[in-house]
Amino acid sequence: MNGSMNVSSNPHVRSKATTSGIMISVAIALLPAAGFGVYNFGWRALMLLCVCIATCVASEYIYEKCMKKKVTIGDFSAVVTGLLLGMNLPASAPWWIAVIGGMFAIVVVKMLFGGLGQNFMNPALGARCFLLISFTARMTTFTYDGVTGATPLAVLKSGGNVNTYDMVIGRIPGTIGETSVIAIVIGACFLLLSGIIDLRIPASYIITFALFIGIFGGYGFDPYFLTAHLSGGGLMLGAFFMATDYVTSPITPAGKYAFGIILGLLTGIFRIFGGSAEGVSYAIILGNLLVPLIERVTLPKCFGKGGENR
Amino acid sequence: MPKFTFNGGIHPYDGKDLSKDKPIKEFLPKGEMVYPLSQHIGAPATPLVGKGDRVLAGQKIGEAGGFVSAPVYATVSGTVKGIEKRRVPAGNMVDSIIVENDGTYEEVDYAPVKPLNELSRDEIISLVKEAGVVGMGGAGFPTHVKLSPKEPEKIDYVIANCAECEPYLTSDYRRMLEEPEKLIAGMKIELMLFPNAKGILAVEDNKPDCINKLRELTEKEPLIEVRALKTKYPQGSERQLIYAVTKRAIDSSRLPADAGCIVNNVDTLVAIRRAVVEGRPLMHRIVTVTGDAVAHPQNFKVRCGTNYNELLEAAGGLKCEPEKIISGGPMMGFALFDLNVPVTKSSSALLCMTKDEVAVYEEGACIRCGRCVEVCPGRVLPAKLADASEHGDAETFLKYNGMECCECGCCSYVCPAKRHLTQSIKSMRKIMLAKKKK
Repeated sequence: MNGSMNVSSNPHVRSKATTSGIMISVAIALLPAAGFGVYNFGWRALMLLCVCIATCVASEYIYEKCMKKKVTIGDFSAVVTGLLLGMNLPASAPWWIAVIGGMFAIVVVKMLFGGLGQNFMNPALGARCFLLISFTARMTTFTYDGVTGATPLAVLKSGGNVNTYDMVIGRIPGTIGETSVIAIVIGACFLLLSGIIDLRIPASYIITFALFIGIFGGYGFDPYFLTAHLSGGGLMLGAFFMATDYVTSPITPAGKYAFGIILGLLTGIFRIFGGSAEGVSYAIILGNLLVPLIERVTLPKCFGKGGENR
Repeated sequence: MPKFTFNGGIHPYDGKDLSKDKPIKEFLPKGEMVYPLSQHIGAPATPLVGKGDRVLAGQKIGEAGGFVSAPVYATVSGTVKGIEKRRVPAGNMVDSIIVENDGTYEEVDYAPVKPLNELSRDEIISLVKEAGVVGMGGAGFPTHVKLSPKEPEKIDYVIANCAECEPYLTSDYRRMLEEPEKLIAGMKIELMLFPNAKGILAVEDNKPDCINKLRELTEKEPLIEVRALKTKYPQGSERQLIYAVTKRAIDSSRLPADAGCIVNNVDTLVAIRRAVVEGRPLMHRIVTVTGDAVAHPQNFKVRCGTNYNELLEAAGGLKCEPEKIISGGPMMGFALFDLNVPVTKSSSALLCMTKDEVAVYEEGACIRCGRCVEVCPGRVLPAKLADASEHGDAETFLKYNGMECCECGCCSYVCPAKRHLTQSIKSMRKIMLAKKKK
């Protein structure tokens, strides 16, 4: 055995956490919300989710094969992107929109910038916004129980009444995965308990947004109005699953709070002062673009720096 | 009571059960002994013997090469075979005195020492210096230098580093259980040097038996307090330990003395007692031979210079083929490519593992999860520093406080992408330190 040992730099032990393990956990955490979407909107929703996942995985595989790069679909990050994208589509969207979205997310937003870890915005959200701009009508037509209608937030904006109980349960029109607050929170609890995400981004996002709505929404801190805003428009899905995307959120501890606050303000501005009733997606991708700046101004103070000599 | 601890850190599998209940066994080496002239930080020692000379155990064979240096002593009797370059645990080749062991362990007659209460401060420090005492926790910094801060009256804490936060190591644990009075005696000598200091024995709370025993023995010592620290790696890192005990944080540019502290490891304090009370040099240390590939993991009292091969045989050899052998603990130890290296003053363990976790995983892309940032006790951004290191970008490396890394390995440990963060940062730090010296 002499002279045949492995040699490497310290440390010589590693934790069990792996990138693929984390991605699989995120996918599992999305399942309650996705499952509710399928229950709510029917088999069409399941078809769209599958098409999105398949397109994302296939795009990554084909791109990497063409570019003669190492195939990385084993890390399951494309599965998460596909699932998130699908959950951000209306159940009535045609299948080819899912295909275009999946390709855009993986090839344009992720791979062209260097693949996993290098994309500057959340691929699923980047693709959703691309689709919203390109196919506005198809992306904003929401059918529920066979009836095409406005989302609760749009109703609210035009002065109508909504049922907040239905909004928390998720029995409302909207994209496949965004409607049920309960299902999203169940998945989020799993991620929080397994330590994959923490509350810094979601909590600062949600609290800032609630304060903003309370101050500028025109109804003060009316519980009905606040509940409607917090439950609608994919805020919960965005706060727990998309704002917390590792790659496109700050790695500095203070930056995480700053990022959440910025998202809360942007979402509030878009919803109250913007033309559309929604705003979570745009707020998050705009926030993503600010991440390098946020990190620069929130560098942690290193241990013992600046202390006085005794 | 608030827990004494620091920010960051990790909880790796500690493996201490393998050897913690095995009493210290004295091991007498049979074969050739190797005494590297550089077992410490600072100038190497200069040899005092030549080929063919007969040496006795306890005889000085290397003189300190300067103030920041330490002498080297023979630990067996025998004949000097030569002075040549030999590999040391850290992996480099160091000029070493080779002694053919005659197996009689004949010792020199040690000069008598004055009783403790008649010794002056300078006499104590020079006894420590003469005995070749260095930091035995791993760094090997000459102890007499640590004991000579500019303003000794400004030191208000003398801390014994009894944390032993490295997984698998049980050498300090056994020492505290079996010879606690020697540790306390070492602490009392240290307190004599610092008129305004209070002694703290800082033990991690995973060793309640040590804490109880030490508390019992120091009950009547008004100046000595035993403090239980939260068990977390790297609690034994000097600056983290000072913070846990005193809440004073110092960066890498300052010395513990700047925070009014002097920190020494368990075995070092025992060596100080031996030097000052008995007038004998540092010749032994406790080494834990452990790991899942070792037949009978246990703790040995080993003479410095003993070949690791012999030591492993004494632990029953290997019960299965190891993939990785480490001198020291798994977090900060050195991987050995073979066992033909000597035990030095700062070797705390020989660890043989059947699985090399580093080789199991392939390095992937950083997903910016921020785990490295959360665990870093230096509160820097390991992921960014590693990027800068890999691109040879010294400017960014310094801007992001790369020199504040203590190389504890927490970032590499937690990284889900299995990036070799510590290794990259370490390499860049080496380059920067070498540049600074020029």
